[in-house]
Amino acid sequence: MSQIILEAQGISKSFHDPVTIPVLKNISFSLNKGEFVSVIGKSGCGKSTLLYILSTMDTDYEGNLIIDEVSMQGKDEGELAVVRNEKIGFVFQFHYLLNEFSVLENVMLPGQKLGKYSPKEIKERAYQKLKILGIENEALKKPNQLSGGQKQRVAIARALINDPLIIMGDEPTGNLDKKNSEIVFDIFKELAENYGQSLLIVTHDNEFASRTQRIIEMQDGSIIRM
Amino acid sequence: MNFKLIQNIAVSLLLARWRQTLVAAIGVTFSITMFITLLSFMSGLNDLLDGLILNRTPHVRLYKEMKASDFQPIDLQSKKTKQYNFIRSIKPKSERLEIQNSAAIIKNLKSDSRVLGVAPKVTAQVFYNVGVIEITGVINGIDPEAENKLFFFNDYVTEGNYMDLKNIPNSIILGKGAAEKMLAQIGDVVQVTSSKGERLSLKVVGFFQSGLQDIDNVQSYASISTTQKLLGESNNYITDLQVKLNDILLAPNVAKEYQRIYEIQAIDIQTANSQFETGSSVRSLISYAVGVTLLIVAGFGIYNILNMMIYEKMDSIAILKAIGFSGKDVNRIFILIALSIGVFGGILGLLGGFGLSAIIDQIPFNTSSLPTVKTYPINYNPRYYLIGSTFAIITTYLAGYFPSRKASKIDPVIIIRGK
Repeated sequence: MSQIILEAQGISKSFHDPVTIPVLKNISFSLNKGEFVSVIGKSGCGKSTLLYILSTMDTDYEGNLIIDEVSMQGKDEGELAVVRNEKIGFVFQFHYLLNEFSVLENVMLPGQKLGKYSPKEIKERAYQKLKILGIENEALKKPNQLSGGQKQRVAIARALINDPLIIMGDEPTGNLDKKNSEIVFDIFKELAENYGQSLLIVTHDNEFASRTQRIIEMQDGSIIRM
Repeated sequence: MNFKLIQNIAVSLLLARWRQTLVAAIGVTFSITMFITLLSFMSGLNDLLDGLILNRTPHVRLYKEMKASDFQPIDLQSKKTKQYNFIRSIKPKSERLEIQNSAAIIKNLKSDSRVLGVAPKVTAQVFYNVGVIEITGVINGIDPEAENKLFFFNDYVTEGNYMDLKNIPNSIILGKGAAEKMLAQIGDVVQVTSSKGERLSLKVVGFFQSGLQDIDNVQSYASISTTQKLLGESNNYITDLQVKLNDILLAPNVAKEYQRIYEIQAIDIQTANSQFETGSSVRSLISYAVGVTLLIVAGFGIYNILNMMIYEKMDSIAILKAIGFSGKDVNRIFILIALSIGVFGGILGLLGGFGLSAIIDQIPFNTSSLPTVKTYPINYNPRYYLIGSTFAIITTYLAGYFPSRKASKIDPVIIIRGK
């Protein structure tokens, strides 16, 4: 019996500009701890929109979202920020690292924000995460001195720093070549298998999806396979 | 911990765009510098101009005025009735201008804790005799020591030594204008006729220049005893008591009180010179207006730069939010950026303002009407520095407030999906 960490209950969303178009129609599903799930579907089927709702960044929807047995309904922006900080790690298509900070500092940022560990511990943890991803030697460089694949690995390390409940990815391999995509997939797989990390990855790469434990397929705002 | 992190991020963002930051800070520095310099200079000038009159004017002047009595004999009769008497063409009684019992009054005034000092004076209307021509004038009989202590007499004696009035009998310090008309040099003897026809020869021991042409053409100074002699009066004849108070603002009340107690006329400096107050307050108002305008312009500079920075850092803001920074944190980061520009620029501005004031203070400024002034006047009042720095903080805070609010409202989804 595995523990449910994220549950969507009848989530719907429409865009109202200029005419009302439903993007998500009554979506319900749940994720168990340690699952490696991919969400696939054609472009415009609403998979990214769903991901942003699940990540708490988008709050304009109907339905209920439960993360770690706590409903996200009625929480204000500050409280949701705390949830994101503590429970969700994010990897985007574009790496989104801050060029003003070194690689190490980028990884440390969410940890410093959480403030659960001492600065020294955060630094140690950041090094440890970078080591898992095999880029500990680049720690003191600036992000713009790294290659695309390395940057994406730094972004994953940053997502891992607070030991999140779940890592969400929005096409994390979309901008990478075959070789780097392979590396990133292997990292996700390793995290899932060796560290019991839950992952929810949106992708349109069917080959990538086919190697994950579970596939959720979407079409026109509804789930057609899960 | 959290604050330190926010500080850390703010500093990194600032340094990443250090040229822009510098420009914004220089804007603040410049405006604070100008604000302080302008106010110091303006208020220095104000003090100088006011001092021209106010330094030499007693805070309360006690004198006796020739006028008809307010209380006429008929009033005794009509007391307690509902009549009102109209009496026309009343003439004042012939009276001496002398303040009666002046020695006792002086003693009494000196024991008053509000009083800084008292200088007695005898005023005499005279004619200066130049050959056959007579020039009207006024001789003020003064106590040189008291006069110098209270009214900076020595500052206006351009040639000669003011103490000679006391040390040399029958001596006079002539007004510069009067001396020029009489072609008198120091050491010369001039003839003076009193209004009662008494004639006296006085030795010129110095020249006096107040900066006000009208006064310099007419007034001269002699010792009290010399003036008394000229008027043919005894040595307790005093026409004016000039009182200087510790606090000038008390003057109107004190004047009323003295008028009641000593039963003589008393006029306070505010009543006698109300026009100066108006002049200085309007001048200060103008300088404040210009200074504040400069600060507001600097504020717009900061506003622009922060706005630009926010557009540039849109991605960074979005990602900070995605990894768990709340809108409040982002707001704090940008407010902190604005305030550091303000504080840094402000401190430099305070130093710059002080420096520029000090330089202006060294520039020679010679004018014939102001013998004591050698350089441009500056008022180093700490108040201007306080106002300047407070204003710098407030404007930069306001300039940062709106961009920061905008930054805090950025929706990360829109930015991230837009890629």
